[in-house]
Amino acid sequence: MTESVPKRHPRTTLGTVILNAPYTLWAAVFIVVPLAIVAYYAFTDVNGAFTLENIKALGDYKETFIISIWYSLIATAITLILAYPFAFFMSRAKVSRQKFMMMLVMLPMWMNLLIRTYSWMLILEKNGIINNLLGMVGIDEIKMIGTPGAVILGMVYNYLPYMILPIYTVMSKIDPSLYEAAEDLGCGTWQKLRRVVLPLSLPGVISGITMVFVPSISTFYISYKLGGGKVQLIGDAIERQIQSAGNYNLGSSLSLILMVFILISLAVMNKFSDNDGGIVV
Amino acid sequence: MKIIGKVFNFLIFLFLYAPLFVMMFFSFNKSKSTSVFTGFSLKWYEEMFSNRDTMEALTNTLILALLSAVIATILGTLAAVGIYRMRSRWVRNVTMNVTNIPMMNPDIVTGVSLMLLFVFIGRLIGASESLNFFTLLIAHVTFNLPYVILNVLPKLRQTDPHLMEAAEDLGCHPVRAFFEAVIPSIRPGILSGFLMAFTLSIDDFVISYYTNGSSFQTLPLKIYSMTKKKVKPDMYALCTLIFVTILILLIIINIAQAKSEKNSQDSEF
Repeated sequence: MTESVPKRHPRTTLGTVILNAPYTLWAAVFIVVPLAIVAYYAFTDVNGAFTLENIKALGDYKETFIISIWYSLIATAITLILAYPFAFFMSRAKVSRQKFMMMLVMLPMWMNLLIRTYSWMLILEKNGIINNLLGMVGIDEIKMIGTPGAVILGMVYNYLPYMILPIYTVMSKIDPSLYEAAEDLGCGTWQKLRRVVLPLSLPGVISGITMVFVPSISTFYISYKLGGGKVQLIGDAIERQIQSAGNYNLGSSLSLILMVFILISLAVMNKFSDNDGGIVV
Repeated sequence: MKIIGKVFNFLIFLFLYAPLFVMMFFSFNKSKSTSVFTGFSLKWYEEMFSNRDTMEALTNTLILALLSAVIATILGTLAAVGIYRMRSRWVRNVTMNVTNIPMMNPDIVTGVSLMLLFVFIGRLIGASESLNFFTLLIAHVTFNLPYVILNVLPKLRQTDPHLMEAAEDLGCHPVRAFFEAVIPSIRPGILSGFLMAFTLSIDDFVISYYTNGSSFQTLPLKIYSMTKKKVKPDMYALCTLIFVTILILLIIINIAQAKSEKNSQDSEF
């Protein structure tokens, strides 16, 4: 206590251990152990004996995986195409207006995913609004629920704000004098966008892509409702095995592969961005 | 360019709000139809308020959110201080990586993994039902913790590392020094962590879906079971009320922020 050593935190040991103990214990029991149990279930059978059957059974889900990855990639691309110009225009609006727009973007985000998804049922259903309007002008009804388009639309609608917010956040931090400097150096509008806005907004884009892609690929409610039972994604497969079929072993191997796939994708995404992997919001 | 921007953003807002407005519009419908408006009525609101299940689910959601947010805030704040004071870089990195897991993992994996843990323990101790209110609470605290920690840590980095020592040199007991010197300087981080935890808990469906028992229903779980069957417009009434509540909360937060910004500007000049 009397002599001070020039370290960042001179006396830490006991206090630090006491401070860390509860959380370390919590994280070990409720974060690390559950993942170990998923792995345990994935590599054992009902009786607890080691088996590779659950991993082999993943072969039957090849199509499900491809569809899930494909749909969520399309949804991510569409949200990016919609969110990027939106965030740009928003960042160039008056400051008071920006705050108001920000609130409008966040409001639907705070509505529950189930509500947001279900609201599209009213519009796309067999006797929903679109088909009613079409009926009035004498056009035959179109089947929309149960199509891949409806599922992708659901993903885009639900996660669009998650793409807008990080991109807007980085764009609003771009110093306006950079635009002037670019103009003084003879840049046109496109060159300004390409050489100033694009490189500076990249961390927001990367963050947005992960924030849309991860929930899209693992969803089961969107495909359950808007897919009308005809579109099965990985999330639906896991949900079915765990909740309906009660096959925890196969459900675990599906969860495990989904987790591994996402962690690898995140690691690859982080390689592209210069930031330290933190989420930009 | 300016006009294109305005039109484009207007269309995006239309896209974001049209489905919600349609739903709210039909909550005032006289008949059950969700495509033909037959006349104004508030009967679905009456029905919703008289539905005891819905009201119970609402109370449950708030109790769970408050409890899980309080526990996560206390545990998370202590953890953040602990992580900040860790000397070994290696231990700190491992702890931070583990902390990030619930945020990076898809909800469905977090939910399934926790459920399997509870089922596993339930089988070990021979419980008849392994999922109940406490498993749900543990799950909510677990996914709330990283958000509290990541809100508090940056505030700790901004505070003077010698604050604690200064207080102790002035004769404070370390525990008192912590509460009177450190806590006030990181209070904004604690508060925003708590609010984030509270709202995340209210909003969660996926993780609750896997970890709740049959006896305790939250609002998202209730909405899920409502949308499994043919939905009656009393659910739209419920959604409209949720929307209005969120709108009011956001307006209050915005006004409060604007005021505090104005105050800090006034004190600067």
